Amino acid sequence: MRITCPLCGARDRREFYYKGDAVALDRPDPAAGEAAWDDYVHNRDNPAGPTRELWYHESGCSAWLVVTRDTRTHEISGVDLASDLAADVAGAGA
Amino acid sequence: MRVAGEGLINRRRRVEFTFDGRVYQGVEGDTLASALLANDIRLIGRSFKYHRPRGLLTAGSEEPNGLVTTGRGAGQEPNMRATMVELFDGLQARSQNAWPTLDFDLMAVNDLAAPFLGAGFYYKTFMWPAKFWEKLYEPVIRRAAGLGALSMRANADKYEKAWAHCDLLVIGAGPAGLMAALTAARAGLDVVLAEEDTRTGGRLNAESFEVDGVPGRVWAEEVTRELVAMENVRILTRTTVTGAYDHGTYGALERLSPWDAAKKGAPRECFWRIVAKRAVLAAGAIERPIAFQNNDRPGIMNAGAVRAYMNRWCVSPGQSVAVFGNNDDAHRTAADLLEAGVHVSALVDARHDAVTSLDVPFYAGAQVCNSEGRRGLEAVSIATASGIEKVKAEALAVSGGWNPTVHLTCHMTGRPVWNAEIAAFVPQPGAIPGLMTAGACEGVFSTRGCLEAGVRLASAVLEDLGVKAPKVDVPGAEDSDYDISPLWAVPGKGRAWLDFQNDVTVKDVKQAATENFRSVEHMKRYTTQGMATDQGKNSNVAALAVLADVTGRGIPETGTTTFRPPYVPVSIAALGAGGQGKGFAPQRFTTSHAASVERGAPMIEAGLWYRPSYFPKDGERTWRQSCDREVGMVRDHVGVCDVSTLGKIDIQGPDAGAFLDYVYTNLFSTLKVGRVRYGLMLREDGHVMDDGTTARLGETHYVMTTTTAAAGEVMRHLEFVHQGLCPQMDVRFVSVTEQWAQFAVAGPKSREVLNGVLGEAIDDESWPFMSCGEATVGGVKGRLFRISFSGEHAYEVAVPARYGAALFSELVRRAEALEGGPYGMEALNVLRIEKGFITHAEIHGRVTAFDIGMGRMVSQKKDCIGKTMAARPGLTDENREQLVGLKPVGAVKQLVAGAHLFNEGDEAVRTNDQGYITSVAFSPTFGHVLAMGFLKNGRARIGERIRMVEHLKGVQTLCEVIDPVQFDPEGGRVRG
Amino acid sequence: MTPLDGMAPLAIGGMTLSEVDLGRLTSVAPYKGRDAALGKALKAAHGMGWPEPNRATGKDGARAIWFGQRMALLAGPEPAAELAEHAALTDQSDAWTAVTLEGPGAADVLARLVPLDLRPGVFAPGHTARTELQHMMASVTKTGEAAFLILVFRSMAQTLLHDMQTAMEGVAARGRP
Repeated sequence: MRITCPLCGARDRREFYYKGDAVALDRPDPAAGEAAWDDYVHNRDNPAGPTRELWYHESGCSAWLVVTRDTRTHEISGVDLASDLAADVAGAGA
Repeated sequence: MRVAGEGLINRRRRVEFTFDGRVYQGVEGDTLASALLANDIRLIGRSFKYHRPRGLLTAGSEEPNGLVTTGRGAGQEPNMRATMVELFDGLQARSQNAWPTLDFDLMAVNDLAAPFLGAGFYYKTFMWPAKFWEKLYEPVIRRAAGLGALSMRANADKYEKAWAHCDLLVIGAGPAGLMAALTAARAGLDVVLAEEDTRTGGRLNAESFEVDGVPGRVWAEEVTRELVAMENVRILTRTTVTGAYDHGTYGALERLSPWDAAKKGAPRECFWRIVAKRAVLAAGAIERPIAFQNNDRPGIMNAGAVRAYMNRWCVSPGQSVAVFGNNDDAHRTAADLLEAGVHVSALVDARHDAVTSLDVPFYAGAQVCNSEGRRGLEAVSIATASGIEKVKAEALAVSGGWNPTVHLTCHMTGRPVWNAEIAAFVPQPGAIPGLMTAGACEGVFSTRGCLEAGVRLASAVLEDLGVKAPKVDVPGAEDSDYDISPLWAVPGKGRAWLDFQNDVTVKDVKQAATENFRSVEHMKRYTTQGMATDQGKNSNVAALAVLADVTGRGIPETGTTTFRPPYVPVSIAALGAGGQGKGFAPQRFTTSHAASVERGAPMIEAGLWYRPSYFPKDGERTWRQSCDREVGMVRDHVGVCDVSTLGKIDIQGPDAGAFLDYVYTNLFSTLKVGRVRYGLMLREDGHVMDDGTTARLGETHYVMTTTTAAAGEVMRHLEFVHQGLCPQMDVRFVSVTEQWAQFAVAGPKSREVLNGVLGEAIDDESWPFMSCGEATVGGVKGRLFRISFSGEHAYEVAVPARYGAALFSELVRRAEALEGGPYGMEALNVLRIEKGFITHAEIHGRVTAFDIGMGRMVSQKKDCIGKTMAARPGLTDENREQLVGLKPVGAVKQLVAGAHLFNEGDEAVRTNDQGYITSVAFSPTFGHVLAMGFLKNGRARIGERIRMVEHLKGVQTLCEVIDPVQFDPEGGRVRG
Repeated sequence: MTPLDGMAPLAIGGMTLSEVDLGRLTSVAPYKGRDAALGKALKAAHGMGWPEPNRATGKDGARAIWFGQRMALLAGPEPAAELAEHAALTDQSDAWTAVTLEGPGAADVLARLVPLDLRPGVFAPGHTARTELQHMMASVTKTGEAAFLILVFRSMAQTLLHDMQTAMEGVAARGRP
């Protein structure tokens, strides 16, 4: 499997670390309630089709990437830098 | 026997080899298979189940019968296909699966038991009585089963792995592959041409066809010369592409030639990972046999193999050869045999309308229905319209048609498609993104057709890539039609073989269907057809045709099983190449490593790092003696320990403090410059991820430490939090674990030792507990931290790593002058257990801040990773297992890490479980064993008695629950 | 003491592996919005431009090697004080083992160890990459037609030597890639 890192170019999967679904970027507000946090930490969809995944280019540039990948065909249709997509959920000293 | 002709051998160079202990001669260019045939050896092995005598079926890598063991000692390799073993001087080969000899195999008694050993017998026998399985059945079956044997010695051979990148990977260097490679290469693409054989040419090396007016193999050599001269072409011969993987990655196994592999430093095999923008599969086709009663005798071979042995190796499989087939290949075979002067005893063509001009006994519309000759073919029976005729033959060439080699196209869950016109499966187009098929592997069987296909497919690739296609002339060659009349199995009573390796017959497939294993997937597993090392290359299509027939379905409806990598067997050593011995994992050495080894310290592995366990002194015979001494040495005097392995992360920027506030439970933005603070880091689910101390060296400059084990994980976590959750924070971090050599100096005399190396002497006022900063150490710019993991007055001193070895020596020298010295991991662990400090033995992934008594460290003033989930009622319930200390109070003094805790009087079963022990040490300071562990509602139970039960070894110890901080609970010593 | 303990150059099959002392090594990581200013300061102080991803600027003795997302390794000179206004500077002089591999076949040797596309048309002099070398995190820079500068962690020096020597012997034994 190869992932095209936006910084490094196409690289073999062994350079990357897989974290899980990209919903991990949507951290709820601390006061969002139990259900929202349970969902955020524990529950994930498992589609047969395109998913958005978080991969870390551990042996490369250290960038966190959001990879859109089809779980059936393994085709990768998009790779973005997580820092480009992320909203600032921490705020300043929240 | 050897016959006249040029072939691709060098008769002038004789090669000596042994087979089953006897010495034979072959010639340069022989494989073991061709050399054995040249020496009239037909009996090569015994079949797996029935131990029937077997000979070679093929001339290629699909060989199911000719499995031998080569080499001796550690170099012994079982299950080598004789057709793939290149002959070299001194080659030693042995047959397999026969005892006492190949000729006289006692296990052949299985053949008599055949009625009881049919399909699925494993599921119906050896079941009763149940206890006989382990004691009798399994050991006996195990001894009787299997093919070759391992030497059981460590493999000393070298294996390699390598990467190759290209624009076009051409798989197979036959006519289609050579033309594809040529077309693409002339257009300037980077081409890798992979060929399983020792040379390019494919079937051209086996046939007597001409291409462009010259013998096919000569034409192949010419084209190859042109390709070799091109810088943008890499030809990998002896290389089988074993798998098609995602995104244009292909695995390929290269076997070095025996002479190359023998060179010093050379690997035996190289496993390639080839990354290709596009690929053309030109893997050819594999011939099918036809099943008939007793079709498995030595001497019965595929017709294409007979032609290969004749045309390439100048070997005839016998003095008189019969030929049987359902297509024109039978006639080609007879013609080639006659050309070489071999007697053709019969040409049997199953097609009713067949005719021939060859001067041979000819049978049209007839079928071979039986054979004779126990250890080798002697005669065949031919069923004609007028009855059965027996004909003498030492060999029978059988052609049931060709199966395109579709395997790679199925590696990403694709299934091949049935083509009724050629009675074969062909690849599903687009099954592998970026890969196209050309030639025989897509059902094009004429030579001209293959040549043309190669050019056409390569041109399509070029167009796809937007590269101008060069003009390439397709050479002239035979272009005959493929006229086949499907024949899978000749009707008859006796056993007709489909899978030669696993001894699966037509009867077995029919029996599977009778027992309702009608799906081809079930039939495969129930009969084991297609599950041997040839993975069904010789039997799949015929077996499913039989299954289709007996279940009244068509072949497309019956379907086919799929293929998965690897296409051929791959040695584990090749897949793990580079990982033997020291190559397995990097070894990380600290700057004090050499000094530790010199002092005789046994080194233990902490992840990839090597750390000293203890430093034995003269007279000490056990590790405990050294450990106890070192603990006392630190508590009474001073000890020096290398702590460089802990993760160190340099954090800088205007938002450094805010960032630390976010990842730690407690506040760091309020930490004063020049101070160090212990920090707890949680996972988002509220459990502890790691702990460490973080020092503030400047307004916007911190250095975080992590545990040795979690350094990588924490770094990854910090990057995720920053990039993914708070990208607006202006903070940068980088690992400095390697930059700094860092040593703990611990004990009452620690300051004295340090003042010997510091540029400016320190005292308790200038450098109080938990202070930090830059310091001149041994004349170099270093850092000093006053922190303690032992509970003693202690420091950690850091210098750039190039000075580490020198600093360690100096510190140890000074310590030894004060009755101190170096201490290792054992003593480090005892000291911290006495002090109640935790490691990953305690923060093992299911532990919260509340559990370890640090609930109040989770600041109320700010959010942090893990804070919300840590507040879940379930994670703060008082009945949770809480950190406690334990000591034995009864006659039994032993405590065991991992043992569980039960109330006195309770049965030691899961439902009564009260907790468990995580760390144990003998404490020389207290004179007894101490433990740390987790106990339900533990903090409220200090003083209670609890029973430790270790179920594996049966140790039971009565304990008292104590505060985990046993040593100096007031903390006076660290502040001394 | 150098990571490879002052190892003498290792010559195998026409290729040479040598330890190099790159001088001061400093990781330079710009703060938010300071990239342009940093680039200017770097050029003014040290003569080389800020390297784009996968590029190294400067020359032998004073290089800026792209080292990761918005990070470069300044190799050679002591970093000018004004750089600290725009970037986090961290001394890395002791953190890395640095070797050069030179000679025909160098790319073939690296092909045994590194999953990178090293074809001359793709990885040219002045190109650099953060990648894996066997199981180690590494930086690989092409410094000449058949010359590579390789960095791995200091503590893994012996492993680097072992893995490179094994690969060099394998390539040399074949006589051709």
